[in-house]
Amino acid sequence: MTTSDLALLKERFETLTERASSDHTALNCPADQLVELCTALRDDFGYDMLVDVTAVDWDAQSPRFTGIYHFLSTTKHEYLRVAADCADDINPSLPSLSAVFASANWHERETYDLMGIRYEGHPDLTRILMWDAYPYHPLRKDFPLAGIEVPLPAADVAETTGASVLPAPMMGGPFVSSADGPMSQTEPRAKDQSWNEKKVKPCGE
Amino acid sequence: MQNTTIAYDSKVEGEVIVTQADAVINWIRKHSVWPMPMGLACCAIELMASGGARFDISRFGMEVMRFSPRQADCMIVAGTVTYKMAEVVRRIYDQMAEPKWVVAMGACASTGGMYRSYATLQGVDNIIPVDVYISGCPPRPEALLDAMIKLQDKIGTERSVKNLIPKKADSVELAGAAKES
Repeated sequence: MTTSDLALLKERFETLTERASSDHTALNCPADQLVELCTALRDDFGYDMLVDVTAVDWDAQSPRFTGIYHFLSTTKHEYLRVAADCADDINPSLPSLSAVFASANWHERETYDLMGIRYEGHPDLTRILMWDAYPYHPLRKDFPLAGIEVPLPAADVAETTGASVLPAPMMGGPFVSSADGPMSQTEPRAKDQSWNEKKVKPCGE
Repeated sequence: MQNTTIAYDSKVEGEVIVTQADAVINWIRKHSVWPMPMGLACCAIELMASGGARFDISRFGMEVMRFSPRQADCMIVAGTVTYKMAEVVRRIYDQMAEPKWVVAMGACASTGGMYRSYATLQGVDNIIPVDVYISGCPPRPEALLDAMIKLQDKIGTERSVKNLIPKKADSVELAGAAKES
């Protein structure tokens, strides 16, 4: 985004702040101004394509959830990132962009499915990947990587087969960074959360 | 058909060949396997290649891929079975007529493969009884052909006449899965 455009945008939306970013222009936007901002981005600034909707779970921090939107201008060939914090940490919600960008519909369903952010005003906010009765939001930080035991989605199949959704810990893994300290010292290491004949199953998962 | 399963002596019996009912039934069954491609991921691409001219699954008498479970007797589970899809796989399996066989093609269908995940069924044998497992990610078409020939061998050793009599409840073979009689 050019500096003149950015100045113009900040003039119209006084609550906008710039967000630290290592690639594209990024902006922080209050949730209540999100729809207005995105409409302006589409109509007046050439950002005619909503490429991605996702979210960040900051775990113990507050605000815990931040919705992330990636826009692309097909005329200027520029990306723009907009971030909006969710006010509520327990039941996070954001306004839906599905009326502004049609592509937001499924992206918001996915983010709702995996992160549990409710998009107010969405025409059909149901799960898109997991089945409807699934009780968790698997990409949240408090969801164990191995999964949590729940019944199979189809009760009759579960009854005939005796199968259920079981936690599947990654043998030797997960291979993750501790994410604290400089990047040179936080290379991904094997955490080995698996259990087997030699290693007992950790409690509480 | 193996020579041990038939007896033919033209001087004694004329035009008559003596054999066992099992041998005949199995011989018919194993040379007309009609697979149902349960293509769920990249293994399905290799499955398609097996049906193509280069690998040509019809050399072994099992090229009649049927997309209706009613017309098929061998389900080839080719790909990652998610928990959401598990229900569908089981229902389609239930819709297939007896006798029926299952081939778990590739690492995902056999064990969940690299998807140690909250969303992926760790092996399709949790919900349906599997006859032949194929290793590989994905397996080459030759591996699938090898598995299908192994399945033919397995069909050849079945006690088909005995199986016509409804099974008792305690004769269920595979863990966790109650096979319908």
